[in-house]
Amino acid sequence: MMKLEAIIQPSRFESVKDALREAGIEGMTVTEVRGHGRQKGHTEVYRGREYTVDLLPKIKLEMVLPDKLVTTVVDTILKTAKTGKIGDGKIFLSRVDEAIRIRNDERGENAL
Amino acid sequence: MKRMVSKCCRFFAMLLLLFAVPLLARQTPSATASSPSSADATKALNDKLTQLDQRVTAAQSSADNSWMLVSAALVLLMTGPGLALFYGGLVRRKNMLAIMMQSFMLMAVISVLWALVGYSLAFGGNGPVIGGFEHAFLRGVGADPNPDYAGTIPQATFMIYQLMFAIITPALITGATAERMKFSGTVLFLTLWFLVVYAPLAHMVWGKGGLLNAALGGKFPTLDFAGGTVVHISSGVSALVCALYLGKRTGFPKQPMPPHSLVLSFVGACLLWVGWFGFNAGSALAASSLATSAFLATHFATAAAAISWSAAEWLKNGRASALGAISGAVAGLVAITPAAGFVAPMPALAIGFIAGLVCYFMVTKVKSIFGYDDALDAFGVHGAGGTIGALLTGVFAQQVVNPIFGAGKPVGGLDGHWSQVGNQLVGVLIAWGFALVGTIILLKVTDMITGLRVTEEQEIEGLDITQHGEEAYNLEL
Repeated sequence: MMKLEAIIQPSRFESVKDALREAGIEGMTVTEVRGHGRQKGHTEVYRGREYTVDLLPKIKLEMVLPDKLVTTVVDTILKTAKTGKIGDGKIFLSRVDEAIRIRNDERGENAL
Repeated sequence: MKRMVSKCCRFFAMLLLLFAVPLLARQTPSATASSPSSADATKALNDKLTQLDQRVTAAQSSADNSWMLVSAALVLLMTGPGLALFYGGLVRRKNMLAIMMQSFMLMAVISVLWALVGYSLAFGGNGPVIGGFEHAFLRGVGADPNPDYAGTIPQATFMIYQLMFAIITPALITGATAERMKFSGTVLFLTLWFLVVYAPLAHMVWGKGGLLNAALGGKFPTLDFAGGTVVHISSGVSALVCALYLGKRTGFPKQPMPPHSLVLSFVGACLLWVGWFGFNAGSALAASSLATSAFLATHFATAAAAISWSAAEWLKNGRASALGAISGAVAGLVAITPAAGFVAPMPALAIGFIAGLVCYFMVTKVKSIFGYDDALDAFGVHGAGGTIGALLTGVFAQQVVNPIFGAGKPVGGLDGHWSQVGNQLVGVLIAWGFALVGTIILLKVTDMITGLRVTEEQEIEGLDITQHGEEAYNLEL
């Protein structure tokens, strides 16, 4: 089992979500986050005071997937989340030791 | 569209009938048939004339009174929720309730004090600096007009109208002390300030015998139609003193503290604009052409100021901001306050335009040069706007708008009476001095009794939680 974390542009989220559903992925956790990589922020001015806002809004997707689905999901996200500009985001993969379904105690890939 | 028009026509026709019927019913009954002697005929005619005279007076009083009651309500709306929202949106989320509570508390406390003793101190007596106690507990304040102030409305209406001014003036000061002053200290300080600074200033400018009263023959007649000195200079200068005495907010100026909701500030600003018609046009104390004149001056000055502030921003930053536009509008409203019932619409445009630029400069340049933390620009907008407005009133006042010194007597610079600007300066300086000295003393007194500033931990956690035990927005988690 692998955990997939994807940080993507908020404007791409709907397309990514639809594409993943079409690919048969049913579970995900979505959070609104702020952050930046190399992308520059912007300046806001309030009554003469300037603030640099360099934490930009992004969407974080988290999913735990059976090994055989990882490549499909990564490719789907890469295809639908890409705009080609700086700020598109990143995908991180890590191993998961265990998954448990709370409702009925199922374990392992059956719990996903 | 056609159906709308015919529906509207029918609605207005019904409205007309509604008002016409009682009017028609109240017509005097037709004269009785020929009276026996001419003496009787003359008496009957005189009686009818007296009757008609009384009716006309009653009708005028009724019109004036209804406008004044509406104006009083409009001015209260300016504090709650106008100012509460305007200021509220500008502070950080953790301090939203605190700033609103400070305005609301004043709506309650000042009202009670006004009824007990405030009105009497401001508008009773005939001393040069302060009134008396003859109207304490609102004794003698009822349906009869007080001809010194407003001859066609009940004195009770005049009293309640003036109360709304007494409420909003200390509320303005909370803009400078925002995000770091104790609630207990705020209550004590502003209560004392109302008694020691506001009441005397109101008496001096508007009260019978007042030193600066232009309408009632004061020694240094200062033209102040609706409170440029009494309300804005006093609160604005006091605000600056408070900001300096309290010190800067923790983290200021390095830490960003942007407004948490300009949406709320926008709503507040619009409520202020509309409410200000009660503040300025209501200061005519009658539903008269002077009220109309003040209404127009108010509106045009505000529009010009919003434009000039926005233009200045656009030139400086390349963009006009919403915060700048509404701030400009408020600056215009402040500046036209002393001038509203004395100037014509074109000069009002000029006053507004200038005020927008002056206050923009004060808030963006002067504040950063001197580094004081006037958190919500109470001094930059009200202190500065009130000062420039009061001085420009001396320049642009005209007797054709308001012959305040008597028929045919010149009023301001446009009438050739340039010495009025000197008189305005005297009034401005007295207001500055009074506010400065009074505030320093009262801050010291309050500091000794309740303390003024919250601790650093309380300031970081936020005033809503530490002073009021509440959160403004309880989001799900």
